[in-house]
Amino acid sequence: MLKINNLHASIEEKSILKGLNIEVKAGEVHAIMGPNGAGKSTLANIIAGKEDYEVTDGTIELNGEDISELAPEERAHNGVFLSFQYPVEIPGVSVTNFIKTAINETRKAKGLEDMPAKDMLKMIREKSELLEIDRKFLSRSLNEGFSGGEKKRNEIFQMAMLEPKLAILDETDSGLDIDALRIVANGVNKLKSKDNAVIVITHYQRLLDYIVPDFVHVLHDGKIVKSGDASLALELEAKGYDWIKKELV
Amino acid sequence: MELKEKILSSYVAFENGIDINSDIHEIRTEALENFEKLGFPTKKLEAWKYTSLNSVFKNDYSIFPDKEVTVDLADVKKYFIHDIDTYKVVFIDGKYSSFLSETTHDAIDVCLMSAALTKSKYSPVVENYFNKIAKQDNLTSLNTAFANEGAYIHIPRNVEVEKPIQIINFTTGSEAATMVQPRNLIVVEENAHVQIIERNQSLTDNAVLSNIVTEVFAAKNSTVDIYKIQNDNINASLVDNSYIEQKTNSVVSVHTFSFGGNITRNNLNFYQRGEHMDSILKGITIIEGKQHVDHHTLVHHIEPNCESHQDYKGIFNDRSTGVFNGKVIVNKEAQKTNAYQQNNNVLISDKATINAKPQLEIFADDVKCSHGCTIGQLDDDALFYMQQRGIPKKEGKALLMFAFANTVLESVKIPEVKSRITKIIANKLGVDIGFDL
Repeated sequence: MLKINNLHASIEEKSILKGLNIEVKAGEVHAIMGPNGAGKSTLANIIAGKEDYEVTDGTIELNGEDISELAPEERAHNGVFLSFQYPVEIPGVSVTNFIKTAINETRKAKGLEDMPAKDMLKMIREKSELLEIDRKFLSRSLNEGFSGGEKKRNEIFQMAMLEPKLAILDETDSGLDIDALRIVANGVNKLKSKDNAVIVITHYQRLLDYIVPDFVHVLHDGKIVKSGDASLALELEAKGYDWIKKELV
Repeated sequence: MELKEKILSSYVAFENGIDINSDIHEIRTEALENFEKLGFPTKKLEAWKYTSLNSVFKNDYSIFPDKEVTVDLADVKKYFIHDIDTYKVVFIDGKYSSFLSETTHDAIDVCLMSAALTKSKYSPVVENYFNKIAKQDNLTSLNTAFANEGAYIHIPRNVEVEKPIQIINFTTGSEAATMVQPRNLIVVEENAHVQIIERNQSLTDNAVLSNIVTEVFAAKNSTVDIYKIQNDNINASLVDNSYIEQKTNSVVSVHTFSFGGNITRNNLNFYQRGEHMDSILKGITIIEGKQHVDHHTLVHHIEPNCESHQDYKGIFNDRSTGVFNGKVIVNKEAQKTNAYQQNNNVLISDKATINAKPQLEIFADDVKCSHGCTIGQLDDDALFYMQQRGIPKKEGKALLMFAFANTVLESVKIPEVKSRITKIIANKLGVDIGFDL
């Protein structure tokens, strides 16, 4: 699904990723953990195509195709979804109309007609039930005045609507209380299949109790310095990151 | 010959076609003297500091396009709101077009100013209202001096006019450059209701200068909604002078949509004479190239317990320039006034300019007056967010701009006007999505 080779990236000439390698196969869940400033969010933004970052070396392949030169929307059309750490507020655009526009623009890019309104409504109904979203919420302006939990739930709702191949959840657990965390994780788990993959970026083990990863990677100073199975996350939770930093010396 | 000289020397010719022994003509000649004294506005005047009409006055306009020009309905149909039934008062080069118009005298009067100014049955209304609130400034005086043709609308008590009224001024450019000065009078009696759509449209790229004066009188309990669609060709300039007087419990709204033209100046003046009324002034400006749009608004709160709501959104691309000068005066007697003013601008390019100036003169001590003014850019983070969800950059920008302007769009009460404006905006932004926000 996703194959990143020797990725180097910088922002304003400050080097952030320094030779990162990762391979994520269909059906897998990967967790990326690491201390603040390790480059976790940078990695998520670079896969999604944010223009502020400059890729100086290496490749990002999605299903065998190098996507590193594609515009963000083209990557989205190819199935990349990023659940933002800080979802942007867009006053004046309702959740429903935003997701309608997103779906129909994606269909347009694939040469398909707009989704019939009836099908769209049915899908919105199903997916909002899955994430226990109040229907009234859908007519509100996108993310405007939403609580932290509502924003994150709305991200996963959009993910459910867009049915991506590769979903990257960037600190989706931050700002969530335990009930919202359960709902969001439950939603992600229901969307998981053998054909798609999920990358979970998190500081804490907490989310991984609900979304159980097949692999856990530790990102430090722009590189993946340790990989393991789900038990690695527990070890990090217990011992912190310092022991890994010491191991590296 | 300078334009001013040309205008003054053509007055004799103008007088040839009208009754010069009437009271109306006395008003005209006084106004002409006033214009002769004042001349054209220059940037030295505070009110014209940011808008120069010098380039516009340089054209050699024909003051009275004499020829009767006809146009094919098929060529101009697109400028009408044609998917609903409406009354229409249509002028071509300042002359009434009976072919394109649909007037009425059935319970209400929707007809011609030239008839209203000369026929005795209209004189009680004309005597009471004509030129009663129009200012004595340069360009209004110039219009008054030549006041003869335009729309005359009189809605008697308790009449709710079901069909909107369209006032459309076409200029054909059959002459090299054309100057027109339509004069409209709109009198809405107690408890009556009317909706008006105004449009000025040149049909060629020849220079046009329209200097329009509209007086609106809204009596007790009346409701008046006016929509101004300004989406003209690049060499057409417009000075739109509107004067609105409201009485107790009336609600008057004016929406101004400024998308095109060369230089557009809107002088929109509200005078509140009565209590418990609401004045609503809203506008969307989206311009590019070297276009210039200037909104000068005035709301004069004269008596207590009244409200005013202003909401102007501007989006400026390329080297376009905008002006928003919003003046609110609250008289000492006008306690419990609630005046709200909002002006938000987005500059798409580094070379675009907006001069925004809220002006509040408050003499009462128990009032609520708020004003907010912002100048910003489109939010790059929001654009990336939308792209990440599959919405291409161009469509994302358009969506952001629609969302930005939506507080004005959503208050348009005629659905066909709203969808027309939405289409014009989508067309301007080069997208084919009419967002239903």
